[in-house]
Formats: sequence, C-alpha cells, structure tokens
Amino acid sequence: MAEVAALADELEALRESTYADLSAWERVQISRHPDRPKAQDYLAAIFTDVVELHGDRAYSDDEAIVAALATVDGHRVAVLGHRKGKNTRENIARNFGMAHPEGFRKAMRVMRLADKFGLPLVTLIDTPGAFPGIEAEERGQAWAIAESLALLSGLRVPVVAVGIGEGGSGGALAIGFGDRLIMLENSYYSVISPEACASILHKDAGMAAEVATCLAMTATDLVGLGIVDEIIGEPLGGAHRQPEEVFGVVRERISAALHALAGADPDELVRSRYAKIRAIGVIDEGSG
Amino acid sequence: MSISDWFKAREARRYTVVNGERAAGSDVPDGVWSKCSACKRIVYEGQLVENLRVCPHCGHNFDLTAFERIGVLSDPGSFVEFDAGVGSTDPLCFTAAKSYTESLDSARERCGLPEGVVVGRATIGGHPVVLGAMDFRFIGASMGSAVGEKIARAFELAIDERRAMVLCTASGGARMQEGMLSLMQMAKTSAAARRLAEARLPYISVLTNPTMGGVTASFAVLADVVLAEPGALIGFAGPRVIEQTIKQHLPKGFQSSEYLLEHGMVDEVVPRGQLTARVTTHDATPCDGVRAAARRARSQAGGTAANRPHNEPGACGRGRRPGR
Repeated sequence: MAEVAALADELEALRESTYADLSAWERVQISRHPDRPKAQDYLAAIFTDVVELHGDRAYSDDEAIVAALATVDGHRVAVLGHRKGKNTRENIARNFGMAHPEGFRKAMRVMRLADKFGLPLVTLIDTPGAFPGIEAEERGQAWAIAESLALLSGLRVPVVAVGIGEGGSGGALAIGFGDRLIMLENSYYSVISPEACASILHKDAGMAAEVATCLAMTATDLVGLGIVDEIIGEPLGGAHRQPEEVFGVVRERISAALHALAGADPDELVRSRYAKIRAIGVIDEGSG
Repeated sequence: MSISDWFKAREARRYTVVNGERAAGSDVPDGVWSKCSACKRIVYEGQLVENLRVCPHCGHNFDLTAFERIGVLSDPGSFVEFDAGVGSTDPLCFTAAKSYTESLDSARERCGLPEGVVVGRATIGGHPVVLGAMDFRFIGASMGSAVGEKIARAFELAIDERRAMVLCTASGGARMQEGMLSLMQMAKTSAAARRLAEARLPYISVLTNPTMGGVTASFAVLADVVLAEPGALIGFAGPRVIEQTIKQHLPKGFQSSEYLLEHGMVDEVVPRGQLTARVTTHDATPCDGVRAAARRARSQAGGTAANRPHNEPGACGRGRRPGR
C-alpha cells in the first residue's frame, strides 16, 4: 500500500514538474486538446436563459460561429463564440471552428443587435482561423472580417473578449478584441499558426515548436506586449482536467469585467477602446 | 574567339535585327530593356515609363514602387510626405531563417524606404487628399506596427484636415515577424477607417497586385469605393494555402480583380491609365458635398470643423442643421 501511495506521489510530482513550465508549443497543443471545453460548454455552464440566434440573413447559418442572448451572473448580454465540435461529426458540421464569411456576418448581425439594445457583448475566442477555401473567398472572407473589425471597434456597449482555446489570426480577431481581453493560461493568440509560419520561414512545418516561441503567442507574452489584460490560470494539465473549476473562474472574471464596465458612457467606451487599440505596436519614429 | 562564340554572336545579332523587341543581348546596357513577366516579351524601358509601366504588348501591369504609384496618381509636385522616418523595430527579437533586423536592414537598403508604406498630403485632379501607397518590395509590404501606425495616422490626418483618403494597397498580409503586434494593426487600421466614415469623409482604395491577408481583411476593403487594377491577385488566404487545405486545383482567374468584380467584391476594375480620372470622379462627388458642409459648419460656429465631434450637426453633408 505504501508503495502505491509513494508511486502516486511521484506521479503527482512528475505531473507538476511537467506542467510547471510549459513551452509555447506545448500550450498550443493543450489549447487544441479535443476534450478542452468549447464555447458551447461555457455557454451551457456559465450562462443562463440562453437563446441561440441563427443565420446571417443573407446566405446561411454558419455553425462555426455560435451567437446567443443570455444572462451571466445577472448581466444580460449578447454572446458570440467560435464553435468547434467535440467529435468528427460535429467538427465536420462546424468546419472545425473555421468560419466562412456568413459566420462573421452572423456575428455582425448580433453585434448590431447588442448595440441596439444596449447589451454588453461577451465573445469566446477558439478558432484555428477563418476558413481558407474557394467559397469563402468568393463570398468575401476578407470583406467580412474587415467589416467585423470596424463594427466591433465602434460598438457603444462594453465588449469583453475571452480567449478559451485557439486564437488563430484574422478569424479570431474578427470577434476577438474589445474593452477587456482575457486569456486562459493555455490558450494562444497569434498572427499565424506556428506550423504555417515555420513552413513559410523555414520551409519546414516541423520547426513549429521553435517558431511558436518566437511568435510570442502565449497569454503571458501578450500581457507583456500590452495586448491582453488578464490571465485566467488553469488546473494542472489544462482546462479539460477540471472544467467545472475553470467555468467558475471564467464566470467570475467575465462578471467582474462587465461590472467594471457597466454604466460607462457609450462615447467614452468607444473612445477608450480606440485609444487602447491605437496604442498597440512598437515603432521607431525616425528622423523624418 | 572560338568558332562557337562566333556563332553565338551572330545568333544574337540576328534576333536583334529580325525581332526588335526581343533584343536582350549582352551588348545592350542594363536597364534599357525590361521583360514582361506575363507575355515574356521584351519592352523598351522608355516606352514602359511612358505607358505607366503597363506592357504595351499584353497590358500586364508591372509592379510600381510606392513613389512611382504616387507619381502616377497625384498632381505633379503636390505630394508632401509625412511620417517619412517612421519604421518598424524588432520588438520580439524575431529570428527564423534570418533575423527580422537583417530583413529590415536589407529591405531599407534595397528600397531606400524605412517602411513598406508611404503616406502624405497631395492633390489629385485638384482635390486635396491624404494619399498612401504601399511598396511591395519592402518585405512584401506586410503590415507590422509601423505600417499600421502610418495608416492610422493617415486616417486621423484626413479627419483633422477634412481631406478625402486615397490608399493604394499591395501587401502579402500581416508581418508575422511582429507576431500579435501585427495582427492588432488590423483592428487599429479598421477602427481608424471607421472613424473616417463617421466623419463622413470619402475613402477610395485602389487594390493592386497583390493585396492579400491582413491588409485585405482590414483597411483595404473598408473604402466607400473599392477599385482594382486589372489582373491583380486580391484575397484573404493565399492560393497555395487554399489548394493545400481543400486539396483541389483552383479555378482559372481565381482571386483576380476581374473575378472579384464578378463576385461583387469591388466596384470597378480600372486600367492604370484611367486611374487618376476615376479617382477624381469618385472623390469629387461626395467630397464636394462634405467640403460645402464643413464650410457651412465653420461659418456657423466660427471654429474649425476638425475640432468638433464627428456626430455634431454640420459634419455631415446631409445631417441635421441647427434651427431646423
């Protein structure tokens, strides 16, 4: 018996040391874990009175984006999220969380609705990126993302964005910034996937681990760059190990952010959101 | 001279005489002839310059540098650059096959520019505008902190001075060497474009070859009128990425200007020679209305329109006016 207990202790110690100092690439892998809680899990666990909204009113209903009206901790809000599946069947229907233009247009419809009725917007970021495909290009993928960015920047309601998993490039950004940007410890947010970056710069996708570190894509890196406001710690091994615990903290943080932003003057919200985005970047003024 | 050299020389001369445009012999000084990448024919540089760098044989648009583009579009001598020294640094100390600092240095040396975009005040057909042009030679005119900042400042200047905005884009997308700082420039420039729209000022973009990724998916397509040069590659994801993802060959002409026109994504495909005239037409109509409104507002309030909030009456040509 003592031997079993000793082995269990050893295992625990090993687990702790393994997860104590994860590399960027290891975090990317956790962020993509099939069992990691998805947007719909958060929607079910921390929101109540959920009314899901469908369709972009122009083309179709993109299941890669979930949109809803809901209540969180007494705050009535609009919710947008990237929606991945839990299994192959779901993932095919939801295109692995990669939205087409109609997905972003559905998101925009709900942003306008939130603006119209003064509902704060909560977004849940979890996508490998906007879908690169023939139809997506034909229907204006770039146009949909650009319009979503412009619309989001001018919403006269509080916007709280939460990175729960993958933050893949423009497709993530389209619903992925606001007055507060919160990230889970093992989520990532990046301009390009480490694999794609490695295959462009090194002509070898196998260099992804190295590139992931260079790209500064972890929550800690992004706090350092002034892009992310706060980090939510995860249980040892990742959010999927103890999802209930994670849901509790996420609810608390969203609620706190909404509380802090509640009652803010809409003009001031738009102004300060602009100032916040405007300040991001590092440049050399030069002599000219 | 060996016997084979003698034949080689004769060969070259024969081509020079028979097909004038194919004369690219080594006895011709560099820079006098250029080869068209589309029809592979050789074009006399002088003729190319006169033709705004459009191939006289097949109509292919040669790439323009930022200053060539500005020269094509703006009234002679009217362009005054601002933020000329602004450039990117290497905030992430990014090193892949070669370091970002090295890439920046070599791009600066090669192009004589500190960054991939040039912005300034200018007039086009007499209309005061803020004009920007991207230079694809500079790391693919990818958008990092400095490009985003210069574009955002350009929008802000246009709002302050109530000028129309004209941007000529060419870019591979976001500059991955600056990581998330690059991605956030999409939000920054889109937000700035939205403010220009709120100020009811016209914005015309000219999409040139190639305009891709994060630049297309932000300020480039947020214009009131989106023009494209013939045959330009314009899109979000690159053709290779799409082919690899969907494992299919792409249709002919996919992501070309003409294809986008057909799919309702751009207003017009305009040959380079007609661009100035086209921009002037689009600029004149909305901008005259705005300027008239701004003048009215100034005379009513005795202040400059630039200092007032954008939603105040008078900022909009068709807006409410006090006393109505």
